[in-house]
Amino acid sequence: MDRRKFLLGAAPAVGLASLVSAGCEPSSGTQGHSYAPTYFRPAEWDFVLAAVSRLIPVEGAGPGGIEAGVPEFIDRQMELPYGHGAYLYLKGPFHPESPAALGYQLRYTPREIYRLGIEDANATARQTHGMDFARLDPARQDQFLESMGKGLLKFPTVSAAVLFTQLLENTKEGYFSDPIYGGNRGMVAWSWIGFPGARADFTDWIDQAGTEYPYGPVSIGSART
Amino acid sequence: MTTPRRLKPADAVIIGYGWTGAILAKTLTDAGLHVVALERGPARDTSPDFEYPRIADELRYGIRGELWQPLASETVTVRHTLNDTAVPYRKYGSFVLGNGVGGAGVHWNGMLWRASPEDLRFRSHIEQRYGKHFIPAEMTIQDYPVSYEELEPHFDHFENVCGVSGVAGNLRGTLRPVGNPFEGPRSNEFPTPPLPAIYAAQLFEKASAELGYRSFPIPSANSSVAFTNPYGVRLGPCNLCGYCERFGCFLYSKASPQTAILPILAERPNLEVRTSAYVIRILQDSSKKRATGVVYIDENGQELEQPADLVVLSAFQMHNVRLLLLSAIGTPYDPSTGNGVVGKNYAYQMCGGTAAFFGDDVPINPFIGAGAAGLRVIDEFNSDHYDHSKVGFIGGAMIYAGGTGGRPIEQMLLPPTVPQWGRGWKAAVRKHYRHSAPVTLQGTVMSYKDRYLSLDPTYKDKYGIPLLRITFDWHDNEYRMAAYTASKMEEIVRQMKPESQATLLMKPGNHYDVRIYQSTHTTGGAIIGTNPENSVINRYSQSWHLPNLFIYGASAFPQNIGYNPTGLLAALAYFSADKLKSSYLKSPGPLVSS
Repeated sequence: MDRRKFLLGAAPAVGLASLVSAGCEPSSGTQGHSYAPTYFRPAEWDFVLAAVSRLIPVEGAGPGGIEAGVPEFIDRQMELPYGHGAYLYLKGPFHPESPAALGYQLRYTPREIYRLGIEDANATARQTHGMDFARLDPARQDQFLESMGKGLLKFPTVSAAVLFTQLLENTKEGYFSDPIYGGNRGMVAWSWIGFPGARADFTDWIDQAGTEYPYGPVSIGSART
Repeated sequence: MTTPRRLKPADAVIIGYGWTGAILAKTLTDAGLHVVALERGPARDTSPDFEYPRIADELRYGIRGELWQPLASETVTVRHTLNDTAVPYRKYGSFVLGNGVGGAGVHWNGMLWRASPEDLRFRSHIEQRYGKHFIPAEMTIQDYPVSYEELEPHFDHFENVCGVSGVAGNLRGTLRPVGNPFEGPRSNEFPTPPLPAIYAAQLFEKASAELGYRSFPIPSANSSVAFTNPYGVRLGPCNLCGYCERFGCFLYSKASPQTAILPILAERPNLEVRTSAYVIRILQDSSKKRATGVVYIDENGQELEQPADLVVLSAFQMHNVRLLLLSAIGTPYDPSTGNGVVGKNYAYQMCGGTAAFFGDDVPINPFIGAGAAGLRVIDEFNSDHYDHSKVGFIGGAMIYAGGTGGRPIEQMLLPPTVPQWGRGWKAAVRKHYRHSAPVTLQGTVMSYKDRYLSLDPTYKDKYGIPLLRITFDWHDNEYRMAAYTASKMEEIVRQMKPESQATLLMKPGNHYDVRIYQSTHTTGGAIIGTNPENSVINRYSQSWHLPNLFIYGASAFPQNIGYNPTGLLAALAYFSADKLKSSYLKSPGPLVSS
């Protein structure tokens, strides 16, 4: 059967995580690639997979976030200094009530944002829909994410908007960063938009402005398409 | 607290080994002094730190900021008004701080401008042209105590050190049909010719010409050809790799302390560079008339005292001010009385941008670009290059075209109508990525009585030392300047005939927003002036308080210009270095009587 249709059409009776670990990713290029998360727990992993598959869905032309390996990217980032908050100043006192223009004012590392936020998101989904976010149908997942982004949902610990921003930021990072980090598998996202990746040499194009650049991407690990 | 271990005295100690630290290290070691340079960050060099392909990594350098100062250890706090409680700048956004050998001179774009002649006597110039009443009472702008003519040889020299590419608009007073018609007279043509315009810049050139504006290549410290600088150091041609600002240059093209000055200093026996050396205090003698050295924390957390006869404070603008405040040198500025000078006149830049979205028949190839090479700019609306009598503000902005790269996480341009995620977003990134171009304005910010730097009463760095606090928000003058110059920018973009365009601009009601990258051109706090009542340093960058302390960097700027600061701060450093050589080192003491 067409795996894409299966994933899209059926309200998943089992968590998406189990589909992925069974090698059922909706991708021609990465079939058989399995990834066992290190940081995320099973229910969290289901959430990340479900959210990424809506933030950059498989529908329409172009690679979806799952196919591009975005969830693996996010999980691996959680194990790096980044996930542990190494890039943030995290000393108190904390004033989350400060004007938004003064920037991030929470005490949480990215790992904590996911851990606390996903728990709240699933609790909210269970209250309003009777099931975890990952089990909602795609249309409801979209609505839920939309409400999170707009801050319409009230989560008790990490706000819905903060979790949403974190997710969207990491999803786009995973989609567009070099494949060494686990996302953008096979440089699919670079090929999709026409970014030549790590080529970083346009000497022969300096005097050819106005000509379409013809070459596909290369990556730091020298992969070519 | 334990007493810091006292090290062997040096003739001079340099705090911060970026551009001005390197310039002074050369000057002082040339003169035979034994110099110790202290750099808070790691040692860095083109090889191995900026090697290809490792450097072509947007996530590592462009997003996480591998080359930036880790905020976890030390940041600043920010508040909008005097009555607010400042909160920490916890995550990078608005500006990015340098770290390590080379400082921000490693990951800059290489836009190497001179100030306009009137920028250096801005208050007098405005008063003469428009009358004294034209400057609002709360505006605390002032003249530099040094003129364009005095700085010209030093602008010229630094441009040669950097192999700057460009084309002169004013050669020894003769205006030419090319280049910047508003620039001050240059004694020489640029060291290297400009690179051809990238496609977005070509479209901008054409549109500007049709509207009667003169576009020209941005003076670019991305060398266009192989070039040997006056120190015998070689630079290579830029290949428009697209990994410029936020990255180190793997091609030895973008001038940095590493590519332009440090190679000749590496083997000097009278220079010692210590990295991971975090200076926490400048020491003074008991009479408070003389600096006696510095205290720093080394990588093992040990406090060390480095005695020295001469102290060079050449850290980033904010760090210069913080160290002066931590060391209780000079009187901190008090916004309620206007007394004191340390921390006074903090300013920033007002930036905005218009994205042009073309159809798929217009191949912008956004990934072909450099920090400055290949870009084009107009200067008609910068500084006081136009009549301000009816516009309702002072200052202006340069307007330039072309991206510095097309790195897709940070530099993706999408129309505001496009969804931020989902199927629509996925379709939009394909549709627009290769066919969008940015046009940007970078503008002046005046200085004001209620905008300043001080020590934060609450937040500390990892050693428990107070952070620097920024009190800053936009004033009406800057909103008006932005609206006016943006209208010109939008006019040019319309003339470029895109399918659509969208502008991002600060408007009244938008407060200074630390989440959005705008500019790392923060200025002031240790300003240059004519006497100890209006400034921290004299025309030779010498502290009024401690004659054996010299302070370099954009902390000297009394208000901000619409140009990138490196050219001006380097010229001020070379002007000072000349005086050190010709006068101070022979007979140390105040170079200007107070």
